[in-house]
Amino acid sequence: MSDGCGAPVQTAQLPAGVDAGKEVVLSGRVVAGDAPVAGAFVRLLNQDGEFTAEVVSSPEGDFRFYAAPGDWTIRALHRSGSGTAVVSAAGPGIHPVDVPVA
Amino acid sequence: MSRENVLVSAEWAEQNLDTDGVVFVEVDEDTSAYDTGHIPGAVKLDWRTDLQDPVVRDFIDRAGFDKLLSGKGIGNNETVVLYGGNNNWFAAYAYWYFKLYGHSDVKLLDGGRKKWELDSRPLTSEATQRLATSYTAKEQDRSLRAFRDEIIAAIGTKNLVDVRSPDEFSGKLLAPAHLPQEQAQRAGHVPTAINVPWSKAANEDGTFKTDDDLRALYAAEGIDESRPTIAYCRIGERSSHTWFVLHELLGQRDVKNYDGSWTEYGSLVGVPIETGRTGKGN
Repeated sequence: MSDGCGAPVQTAQLPAGVDAGKEVVLSGRVVAGDAPVAGAFVRLLNQDGEFTAEVVSSPEGDFRFYAAPGDWTIRALHRSGSGTAVVSAAGPGIHPVDVPVA
Repeated sequence: MSRENVLVSAEWAEQNLDTDGVVFVEVDEDTSAYDTGHIPGAVKLDWRTDLQDPVVRDFIDRAGFDKLLSGKGIGNNETVVLYGGNNNWFAAYAYWYFKLYGHSDVKLLDGGRKKWELDSRPLTSEATQRLATSYTAKEQDRSLRAFRDEIIAAIGTKNLVDVRSPDEFSGKLLAPAHLPQEQAQRAGHVPTAINVPWSKAANEDGTFKTDDDLRALYAAEGIDESRPTIAYCRIGERSSHTWFVLHELLGQRDVKNYDGSWTEYGSLVGVPIETGRTGKGN
């Protein structure tokens, strides 16, 4: 895992060495209808709407964030459209959330 | 300094892809994006392998920078236009780094890769060939770079601007949320630091807000323009983005970037740390 701050390549599977028993993982896909949207800019906003992180969705539309317990908003921006989804995480584990764009 | 001297729009860039004396440089931590598609004619710089010393935590030295830029085919008199992913974080870092080594004409592409892609402008995977040059850097301009002892001395005396997200500032998160949160350093912020996240200076498409908006933003957060300012984040690239805003766009004179940032400060033994959202201005 990178020690820089750049967003890593997004994959559906959790990278080796990341402990889902400790990390609060928010992950899912950016979709237009049923089709995955690649190359969308996916932004994590905290409960006050403040920017917390941003990644680019993978060719399969995947994205993933490592957050903390709480309520989060995920916003996707793509040249074909934009969309928003919300997710609540009570604790560690994988919290699935898809973001539709239109 | 003014906006026209340091920032170019995507329109300007597309019209000047073949202009002599202008070289486009994509800077990223992960250069796989460049390899799949980059602005035609752009060369790439890898934030880690090109700009960091492979052993010591520091930059490559002056001779190393000469060699790097010569090999990339960048001349001393060329206009370097930097852009990248992650809302131009690493491009802003490279901008600051080029200034540190005294390159005279550097500009950022407003919005970076993101705006370029959202606009559906051309990208190519074709390799860029440039003839080698014989680049000569200047000595590092230390008036732009802050070190750890200066940070401790600045507590309560200078503007310390923590540009990380509010949850990193308060100590709830230890890194941007696209990274795992198990980290070696302690969580929190430097006492008296003001939290002005870098993202407040940018629009959703990655372009910078207007000078008037930016001036109003920092004034409202309590940055005292009569005092020197030091910006920091986690590793110094998001704070380069804010350094660019304060020093290059708004023309504040004494602004430094602390590239050691939280990964250094939060690992020091015995230094004061505050947690919560109680920093000045909050």
